[in-house]
Amino acid sequence: MLTVKNLRAKIGEKQILNGIDLQVNAGEVHAIMGPNGSGKSTLASVLAGREDYEVTEGNVQFLGKDLLELEPDKRACEGIFLAFQYPVEIPGVSTVNFMKTALNKIREYRGMSPLDAVAFLQLMKEKMKLVEIDQSLLSRSLNEGFSGGEKKRNEIFQMAMLEPKLAILDETDSGLDIDALRIVANGVNKLRSKNNATILVTHYQRLLEYIVPDFVHVLYKGRIVKSGGKELALELEAKGYDWIKNELAIA
Amino acid sequence: MILMTATTSDIGLIEKISGAFEKTADAKDNHRREALATFQKIGLPNSKTEEYRFAPITRALEKNFDFDKTGSSSDINSIEKFLIPNLDASVIVFLNGIYSKTLSKIVSPESELRISNLKPSIENGESTPYFQKYLANSADVFSALNSAFWQDGIFIQVPADTKVEKPLMILHINDAENSQSIGHTRLLVVLQEGSELTLIERSASVGANAIFHSFAEEIIVKEKASLDYIKIQNDEGKLHQVANSIIHQSNESKLSTFTLTMNGSLIRNNFNIAIDGEKCESHFYGLYLLNGNTIADNHTVVDHIKPNSHSNELYKGVMDGNSKGVFNGKIFVRPHAQKTNAFQSNRNILLTDTSTINTKPQLEIWADDVKCSHGCTTGQLDEEALFYLRSRGISHEEAKAMLLYAFAAETLEPIKNHELKSYLDGLISGRLNKF
Repeated sequence: MLTVKNLRAKIGEKQILNGIDLQVNAGEVHAIMGPNGSGKSTLASVLAGREDYEVTEGNVQFLGKDLLELEPDKRACEGIFLAFQYPVEIPGVSTVNFMKTALNKIREYRGMSPLDAVAFLQLMKEKMKLVEIDQSLLSRSLNEGFSGGEKKRNEIFQMAMLEPKLAILDETDSGLDIDALRIVANGVNKLRSKNNATILVTHYQRLLEYIVPDFVHVLYKGRIVKSGGKELALELEAKGYDWIKNELAIA
Repeated sequence: MILMTATTSDIGLIEKISGAFEKTADAKDNHRREALATFQKIGLPNSKTEEYRFAPITRALEKNFDFDKTGSSSDINSIEKFLIPNLDASVIVFLNGIYSKTLSKIVSPESELRISNLKPSIENGESTPYFQKYLANSADVFSALNSAFWQDGIFIQVPADTKVEKPLMILHINDAENSQSIGHTRLLVVLQEGSELTLIERSASVGANAIFHSFAEEIIVKEKASLDYIKIQNDEGKLHQVANSIIHQSNESKLSTFTLTMNGSLIRNNFNIAIDGEKCESHFYGLYLLNGNTIADNHTVVDHIKPNSHSNELYKGVMDGNSKGVFNGKIFVRPHAQKTNAFQSNRNILLTDTSTINTKPQLEIWADDVKCSHGCTTGQLDEEALFYLRSRGISHEEAKAMLLYAFAAETLEPIKNHELKSYLDGLISGRLNKF
């Protein structure tokens, strides 16, 4: 589904990604872990098309298309979804109207007819249950005055609505208490299928107790320095990131 | 004290305008001659005149108008395209500054709305208690100019305890199809005790020649009366307009205003609200969405004269192209106006490097037991918000329009009339989608 080859990117003059190789297939969950400043969020942002970053080398194929050539909105239409680490508050735009516009844009791109108001509300009700989010929250301005947990739940709600092929969750666990974490993880798990894939960007192993990954990659100084199964996350948790740093220093 | 010295060219223009005055039908009228003298004394603003620093009106008048020529003709015989769809309203039409009885249509009964020509109402004394009571010639040079030159005007009265069911729209059509158009209009509106009115004022321009429109209006809102006042300035042509408006409020009156400015060459609104009563409420809203080379200058004054009143001013602007926005908001709280609540906010978005905004709040507070606040912001479109919307499949253009609409829509909140609101909504969305 997603093939990343030798991806290098910088922001301003600062080189952050130094040659990422990653293969994600349909049905898989990949966890990207790493210490602060290793480039995890940059990778997520570059895949979603954030324009602050400049890709200096490498390429990314997504379902046979050159992803880096596409505008952020076209990437979303193709099936990429980024759950933001810090969801943006947008006063004056309600989540309901925003989601209706977004969903119908994506449907239009895929050659589907737009959903009418009734069908849209029905779909919304169904997806709301999944992340245990209240309608009154969605009628309000997008994320405005939402708690950290509400913002993250809103991200997963949007993901459920848009049914992406590849979901990238950028530190979705940060700032969540244990109950909110369970709700969010539960939502993600219910959306998992053999046709879609998930990339979890996280600092801690905690999230991976709830969403069990097929692969774990350790990112350090802009490169993937170690890959393995879910047990790698446990090892990291036990030994800390210094273990990786020391191992690299010795090598 | 600073002495303003008129430049040679200003003097030339003042002479030309004074010469044109002598040819007007009312040139012998003493009140008008006095007004002309005041106009000459104040002089036209130049680049050093603080209140007109960002509105180069004198240069525009000099460059674009021939004051020796009089009367511009018009072939307009239908106002259909200037009306607000589905809005059942009375319409009073001014064509190049002259009231047109044939194009006007009053749907409200006379028991609700009393309308007469201003000139005869002054002559027969009917409007004398109100005319020029609150708008002094000395307040502004264009107020004086208008008092000398006004060609036509309307006197509107709403009787006590009467609700005018249907809105009243004043439509100023400036037709510059055949030649330049110069018009000077006056409006006098009195809402008697406990009455209610929705007043819409729209200016519309036709033709490619230059237009100068001076407009002076005095609106008196008596005790417990309520006025919704909406100004729509969406002229397509080369309109240069200076509007001097004053709304005078008495005890327990309610006022809600909304000024939308979108087009025109140079639009200057001097808009004053005198809160000369207790327990008054005033919502003072405005939105300017500018592009091209339009200059829109909103000079506003909220004058709290009596205690226990509440005012809330919110002006927002989006500037594209080479447009220039100006906002100047004065709030006065007089010594007796204790327990005043006065709020002011001016927020702006600049979409290009070549667009500008000059914003200046000026608060002068003499009372000590008041709540006043003001704030102004100027920024660009929030890139992070834009990316957030785009990451959900919404195109750049649409995301931009969504964000700008969300920014602008707040100013529409006080508008209650549904048809009017949806019309304004359409105008605003249409403009934002073109930015």
